[in-house]
Amino acid sequence: MPTTPSSQNRSETQDAPEHTDATDERTPLLGRKAAKIDRLAELMGRREESDHGAGVWRTALARMRRSPMAITGAVLVAIFLIVALFSPLIAPYSPTAQTWGAEVFPNRNVFVGPRAENWLGLDNLGRDQFSRMVIGARQTLLVGVVATLVGFGVGALLGGTAGAAAVLGGYWGRQVDNVVMRVIDMMLALPTLLLAVTIAALVGPSLTTVMLAVGVAQVPIFARLLRGAMLSQGSRDYVLAARALGVRKHKIALAHILPNSLGPVIVQSTLTLATAIIDAAALSYLGLGNPDPAFPEWGTMLADAQRFLSSAPQLAVYPALAIIVTALGFTLLGEAMREALDPKLRK
Amino acid sequence: MLRFIVRRLLQLIPTLGGLSILLFVWLQRLPGGPEYALLPDDATAEQRAQLRRSFGLEEPLTVQYLAFLRRIVQGDLGTSLMTSRPVTEEFMTRFPATFELAVTAMLIAVAVGVPLGYLAARKRGSALDFAAVGGSLLGICTPVFFLAFILKVVFAERLGLFPSAFRLSPGMSRTDLSGFVVLDGIRTGEFDVVWDALLHLALPGVALASIPLAVIVRMTRASVLEVLGEDYVRTANAKGLRPGTVRTRHVMRNALLPVVTAVGLLTGSLFAGAVLTESVFAFPGIGSFIYAATQTRDYPVLTGFILLIATLYVFINLLVDISYSLLDPRVRAQ
Amino acid sequence: MSSSTPLLAVDELSVVFGGRGSDEVRAVDGVSFTLEEGRVTGLVGESGCGKSVTSLALMGLLPERGVKVGGSAVMRLPEGPVDLLKLSQRKMRDLRGSRLAMIFQDPLSSLNPVVPIGRQVTEILKRHRGMRGSAAEKEAAELLNRVGIPDPNRRLREYPHQLSGGMRQRALIAMAVACRPRVMIADEPTTALDVTIQAQILELLKDLVTEEGTALLMITHDLGVVAGLCDDINVLYAGRAVEKAPRAPLFADPTHPYTVGLLGSIPRLDAPRGEPLTPIRGSINDNIAWAKGCAFAPRCDHYTLECLQGPPALAAVGTAAGVEGRERSDTAGAGGAEHVHRCVNPIGHADVLDRPSLEGPALVGEDEEAQG
Repeated sequence: MPTTPSSQNRSETQDAPEHTDATDERTPLLGRKAAKIDRLAELMGRREESDHGAGVWRTALARMRRSPMAITGAVLVAIFLIVALFSPLIAPYSPTAQTWGAEVFPNRNVFVGPRAENWLGLDNLGRDQFSRMVIGARQTLLVGVVATLVGFGVGALLGGTAGAAAVLGGYWGRQVDNVVMRVIDMMLALPTLLLAVTIAALVGPSLTTVMLAVGVAQVPIFARLLRGAMLSQGSRDYVLAARALGVRKHKIALAHILPNSLGPVIVQSTLTLATAIIDAAALSYLGLGNPDPAFPEWGTMLADAQRFLSSAPQLAVYPALAIIVTALGFTLLGEAMREALDPKLRK
Repeated sequence: MLRFIVRRLLQLIPTLGGLSILLFVWLQRLPGGPEYALLPDDATAEQRAQLRRSFGLEEPLTVQYLAFLRRIVQGDLGTSLMTSRPVTEEFMTRFPATFELAVTAMLIAVAVGVPLGYLAARKRGSALDFAAVGGSLLGICTPVFFLAFILKVVFAERLGLFPSAFRLSPGMSRTDLSGFVVLDGIRTGEFDVVWDALLHLALPGVALASIPLAVIVRMTRASVLEVLGEDYVRTANAKGLRPGTVRTRHVMRNALLPVVTAVGLLTGSLFAGAVLTESVFAFPGIGSFIYAATQTRDYPVLTGFILLIATLYVFINLLVDISYSLLDPRVRAQ
Repeated sequence: MSSSTPLLAVDELSVVFGGRGSDEVRAVDGVSFTLEEGRVTGLVGESGCGKSVTSLALMGLLPERGVKVGGSAVMRLPEGPVDLLKLSQRKMRDLRGSRLAMIFQDPLSSLNPVVPIGRQVTEILKRHRGMRGSAAEKEAAELLNRVGIPDPNRRLREYPHQLSGGMRQRALIAMAVACRPRVMIADEPTTALDVTIQAQILELLKDLVTEEGTALLMITHDLGVVAGLCDDINVLYAGRAVEKAPRAPLFADPTHPYTVGLLGSIPRLDAPRGEPLTPIRGSINDNIAWAKGCAFAPRCDHYTLECLQGPPALAAVGTAAGVEGRERSDTAGAGGAEHVHRCVNPIGHADVLDRPSLEGPALVGEDEEAQG
């Protein structure tokens, strides 16, 4: 702390006003100097932890920890993941065995509701509904994850190429970007679910079809998102600085622009998991889902249960609720992430 | 303005051309090809080859594509395998029903979503805001067909408030001018028909509106929140303008711009939703026909309808762009 | 109505943000000043010192939730004096734009991008002067002409993005003067503009003040603007006035270390070549609560233990301020043309000439070299 000559001016000779926690006024000059620095530190010391230097992700995480939306989403997603991953251990019975087939008569409106041995009752073929729900979680997770990976992978490849070409490729790069984006625009014009329906209808119903169809439908969204983020990053000064320093173009794209552009894409992946689960259910409803009864899937279960909606609504309500709650979990998490990462909303 | 429209129309040509190539490659070249889709599984190799020839699949790709394009331009999208009628004709007869349904859904979504989103933004953090945001997230996460089923079971079958299927009650006679039931009814003065048609539109309309409604609520809310923080709103208040003037001329005029674009983009998901909704309510539109086509693998119908819907989508978004440029002078300048 | 009562007397204005959950922030912490007809009063300080919040509080433009406004701001109106801070929203809306107007910092973002300029000018004429149709349009063109926008009839139909920066600020000024307000607040009106345009805008503001006898509250961080335009100056730091004086004494004889520091931070043409600037250390975030001591102490080269033992009070120059509450002398709040400061340890005139340097002997050495 610098002391200029003028700091020993007249006011020090005046009586300092008394203060409750004032330091002893008779301390020697050197002690007083130390005392005033201590006092200053004491008065200022209450906010040593500021946001300076913390990474975007870390501040985002800190913000999410305070958001009830993020916590709810994370809890729902965690429960879903645990159930899906450990489903064979959790499910008490085989999901396919028609053990209690003699107790259920759909055509006479005889259904069995929740009871001690079957927590969620029996389905229309006398199978344990709870076991089917638990095993179904795994199928749903599989569909969601694979479809999202397809959308993410292809979309990021297209969008990343277009973005990198547009930012760094000069004239020809912009042409590449133009062509790729025109294709993406066309894909965007094709109604996604209809496309999925068509693909599934033409290739034939199977789990792979559903995953591919739902994933392909997400490609243009990912591509546009990544390209947009890369373009906005590309116009930042740090890219200019890197270019001025002679960093190689592919290195700039991969090491600087891409990592900084991934935020919105990762958020979108979380949201896409929700969309994929809902879209897969829709395809199943249209009879294009997995026809194999050995692998119960919530969408198929819901579609099957629609027939008994008036006599045994619980059969539809369980898978429907499961789909809604799971999708809600991913959506809440994604939205909270988006808000936490959005610089506009920071403050 | 005219130049803007002409330029946008010219921009459509490559998009539509590319769309046709995309569809051609995508659908014509799918694994198995049409001969597997159209013929029973036990068809002989002879029959398959015959079909491939009749589809022109043995010729070079470019020739095939040009033939495909020529047929499209002539409005020939093939014949439905289910009904043996031209695909274009099937589309045109079913289009009015779906159009009325989609417009109903969009009207519901905008009429409810915009005010709700505005109120949620104005009362940010309130119970209303919480309910609006939570409700819209729930709306996005609820499968449309499940919602449609619930609405049908509760309001049509249990409570009997609304009809559960079709566009009109059986036995309702009407003068058919254009296929648009509501519009025809208004023109001919058959208001009992109009009322009946509206009753039939209510439940599928609400089910179909769920996703656009949810999107519009959230979009309006976010947009209004952003605009409320803008300097020009502060300027408007500093001028002492009445709250109504500030709200309409300065806040909503700007906040609705992104919502207009969203409405255009949402029409795509509306058609997909129509497949699900219409099949639940046996609503005789494009959607239920596509559903039927998926069940029978009606290859020409699926291809043709997708192309027509995509074209429709492109034109709807052109209209949206034009109206956007009317609303935002900055776009026109570019 | 005696002319001795000021047009607007702001007394102990305070604005506190926060409440639920987060800590309270005292953005403005007891600021007092007066505005007189035909005079320009300056509020000077770094960004974050509370000067913009002061203006928004006077205009009644702060959000209603989470903000507590205290003190008073009494404005002399033909129908009698009113306290702006206590008026209902409805009454305040009638005054805003007609009796008190505001010019904002960034002219582009302050204009509605999708509404033509003309509409944005006429709407204020319609609201406060009841003008309609072509009469309003004619008056709007007249206003644009008055603030120096050429070809006003064409400009009325254009949108903000079609105008240049200076033109936009002129349009905003036209809206502000549309109803001949008694009080005008300009919040950094030239910061977003080019230097040449800045001078034109300042000239325009000066003309409007002299011609109309408007009282202008000029909010700025730019001491050049202050020197050229303001009659009375209030230097703000962390929500409180630390020094207030008429222009001449403030520039000639600043006493608060912060004011001295501000003046030392601008390059001077008449200073010898090579002489370093004397910036103020740190940023406005390095402060302590006024209740505990002088908020400027952490950045001050002259602070002593006395500075940290309670809030210093405003005192007339020549006497060092004691701690508030004890020596709350008659100088505090009186405002006027006196020179007052809030410092227990002010800098005398001789010290200013010394130009206290930032740090260490090296700089002092350089200093001497340069002077030698």
